Amino acid sequence: MQVSDSSSRILAGLLEAKTGQQLTMSRRWRIETALSSLLRERGIATLDELITILVMGKEPSLSQQVVEALLNNETYFFRDRTPFDMLRQTVLPRLTEVRGTSKRLRIWSAGCSTGQEAYSLAMMFAEDPLRWNGWSIDIVGSDVSENVVNRARSGIYTQFEVQRGLGVTQMIRWFEETDAGWRAIEALRKNVRFQVHNILEPPPHPGAGQFDIVLCRNVLLYLNADKKKLAFDRLASALAPDGLLMLGAGETVIGQTNKLVADREWRGLYRQERRDPVPPTERRAANG
Amino acid sequence: MKTCLIVDDSKVIRKVARHILETLEFQVEEAGDGREALDRCEASMPDVVLLDWNMPVMSGMEFLKLLRQRGHSDQPKVVFCTTENDMAHIRAALEAGADEYVMKPFDRETLHIKLQLVGVA
Repeated sequence: MQVSDSSSRILAGLLEAKTGQQLTMSRRWRIETALSSLLRERGIATLDELITILVMGKEPSLSQQVVEALLNNETYFFRDRTPFDMLRQTVLPRLTEVRGTSKRLRIWSAGCSTGQEAYSLAMMFAEDPLRWNGWSIDIVGSDVSENVVNRARSGIYTQFEVQRGLGVTQMIRWFEETDAGWRAIEALRKNVRFQVHNILEPPPHPGAGQFDIVLCRNVLLYLNADKKKLAFDRLASALAPDGLLMLGAGETVIGQTNKLVADREWRGLYRQERRDPVPPTERRAANG
Repeated sequence: MKTCLIVDDSKVIRKVARHILETLEFQVEEAGDGREALDRCEASMPDVVLLDWNMPVMSGMEFLKLLRQRGHSDQPKVVFCTTENDMAHIRAALEAGADEYVMKPFDRETLHIKLQLVGVA
């Protein structure tokens, strides 16, 4: 199947219109692979025929399916490990101090794909029951793709997926064999909820200023500069005043937004830019 | 450089696993069954064994039990790598002394993480 420039442009326009994401060069190379099973399912012989149907707007549901197929849903449990070690060893112990009264934590896995990051977080909390006894931990996973959100909600993974990133003892502790695949057990699923959400829109429930930690890893690389700035604005607005944003390795806010700054203590974490340049304690002293 | 002994009666699997392991900078040895693997371990104990379950002459489970019985101080890590993919087999492998379990098919990322989890990568 040949992918002409004009076909690529049409597909790129469709993807951007529906999601705000760009059809990057790495994605252009995999157009054929990404769309081949959809073409087979729908009995469409060639990419040109698909483009014709899309352009003529004969089958509105098809354009959504094409977009879903073009999205990169690569993920696995405890991806890159280090961010989870940092959360477990330093960030969460600090949060237990500052949230010790409310005993509530809200975490958003933005661009969660099939949910492995959100379930990894849930496992992290569930594996330390003494520390989190009496706490309310809300984990929200969101993605622009309805297909992957439905899969995440089901908590069912193939044999190939369930072992990617998980040690075997973790796997048999938190997943059970079912006819449909390996399913996250109820104790894990009950603390995680998923919703379809575009990162360019206002943050999902519970909304602005509510999330203690937001993970948005390897998502923003598909946005152009303007869209990326908007996404950073949305992410910044989702954070509690002392909340933290975690990006993927190699991603940064520097030079891309004035709403977020690098955390002084933790590399790879970002927090809201302080709007008031004078810390409250100093301001009181100056007024006093 | 860490050493890995691949124990599998399939030449194709050994070839694929060797390729992945060499890209992860392992020095690789191969054995076609459990008996041959025991002989290789007697000669030189590897850091890790990547072990199939069903093989002629001696199965992976028999090999593992004999290996663990020998009580060498330099026991290797053992990662089962098999098509026996149900909970009962996984539990049996862990009880017999396996450190990790990879279900075929797998990819480089999966194997790499498993080897990291057992502390050899």
